[in-house]
Amino acid sequence: MMEDLSQYPLELKGPDIPMVRFSRVTKRYGDLTVLDDLDLDVTTGEMVTIIGPSGSGKTTVLRMLMTLETINEGVIYVDGQPLTHMVKGDKLVPADRKYLRKMRSQIGMCFQHFNLFPHMTALENCMEGPVQVLGMKKKEARERSEELLELVGMADKRDQHPSRLSGGQQQRVAIARALAMRPKVMLFDEVTSALDPEVIGEVTNVIRSLVDEHNLTMLMVTHQMGFAKDISDRVCFFYGGSIEEQGTPEELFGNPQKERTQQFLSAVKEAG
Amino acid sequence: MSYTDFLRQYGDRFWDGTLITAQQFLLASLLAIAIALLAGLMKLSRNRLIRGIAVVYIEIFRGTSLLVQLYWIFFVLPLFGLTLAKFTAGFVAVGMNLGAYGAELVRGGIQSVPKGQWEAAYALSMSPARRMWRIILPQAFVNMLPPWGNLLIELLKNTALVALISVSDLMFEAKQINGTTFLSAQTFGTALIIYYVLARFIVTPFMRWLERVMRRKLGRA
Repeated sequence: MMEDLSQYPLELKGPDIPMVRFSRVTKRYGDLTVLDDLDLDVTTGEMVTIIGPSGSGKTTVLRMLMTLETINEGVIYVDGQPLTHMVKGDKLVPADRKYLRKMRSQIGMCFQHFNLFPHMTALENCMEGPVQVLGMKKKEARERSEELLELVGMADKRDQHPSRLSGGQQQRVAIARALAMRPKVMLFDEVTSALDPEVIGEVTNVIRSLVDEHNLTMLMVTHQMGFAKDISDRVCFFYGGSIEEQGTPEELFGNPQKERTQQFLSAVKEAG
Repeated sequence: MSYTDFLRQYGDRFWDGTLITAQQFLLASLLAIAIALLAGLMKLSRNRLIRGIAVVYIEIFRGTSLLVQLYWIFFVLPLFGLTLAKFTAGFVAVGMNLGAYGAELVRGGIQSVPKGQWEAAYALSMSPARRMWRIILPQAFVNMLPPWGNLLIELLKNTALVALISVSDLMFEAKQINGTTFLSAQTFGTALIIYYVLARFIVTPFMRWLERVMRRKLGRA
């Protein structure tokens, strides 16, 4: 059965439009429903953290927003424009690859396993997007990349290949690489999960400085509750493919209302 | 006739033949690499027709004898109006045949690049062509080098078949010398050694050197 897309607006208008809107988004893998009828707004400059047990669909939220995954139902909007769909005539139709490429350039993503390009130095990794995709002059891209490497504290390692860098250093370069595209929205997918405990701080500090000093809209999936509590404007607890409970860090961590949230938080606390 | 006398008398012809073999090898290698890249990429295409063309090509050239392919290109294609000089027919046949094997190496090399690399390039909004050319192929290339070393040695040895369409390569000269002198042991022994030296002391060291350079570029050295 074809989905009726006419219920969704062609674009979002008004002074208070969210930077990101998930509108009734459903994602299925075969019979398995990973996300069920998800509605989620993220306002400009907001830091939203997604927590939840594995298999709750939290990483899928980020991957759909990066358009790494297609969606089965619903529409995602970024900065008022549809992301997963495009306007043809006066109707929404599923976006083609060219449209997706244009739209996703507004979104940057950092991955659990960094995924730096191993055949390029730290600096070249950061310059790749601006030069190859934005068509920026090499000199300009180099300046921008050097600034960003400075921001993440990696300026002195700019000529090193990723294999020479520690996990924490690689992840900081990956953050600089994503920022070099000047995204409106940044996605952090379990960016500290693959790191040794002693270097987690250097990555979380970089993200913290982004929250403090830049008006970036950010979505983060993490298992680090302490970090989520510290820096989020809002925390969403995902369970079974939908948002079980959400609120400010104080509300969600201090006084969770739902039983599943309480169970999850106490299980996490016990695990340390 | 002592072996020294034999070499003194026929050394020049062995040398001339070796040069032709080297040329056949180089040209066939270039052609094989180009075809392997093209057919390997086509085999990974989303488009079924493009994929199908690559599969048919690879099946035909891998599934039938190189010698028959060589005869086809040299003796049969002229019947369809396409006549190639024997030198050209020689390296084209060898290159097209080994290119079919190389295509599988290219496909495997590309698929060996971790999925995260595709996703990172995708997340930077790179177009599919740029992703392949800038991110995936350089890494696939390094992974492919060891099997390509084997393939190129195979290719070198297979160039001996071009003697059968009278390209005056090393094997052709050896047969001629044998025909006039009947010194089979000396003649084919010398040819054997030259092929071995080419493979062992030129092709292999070159590939090793290339691997080292590429690994250093990847920062893995």
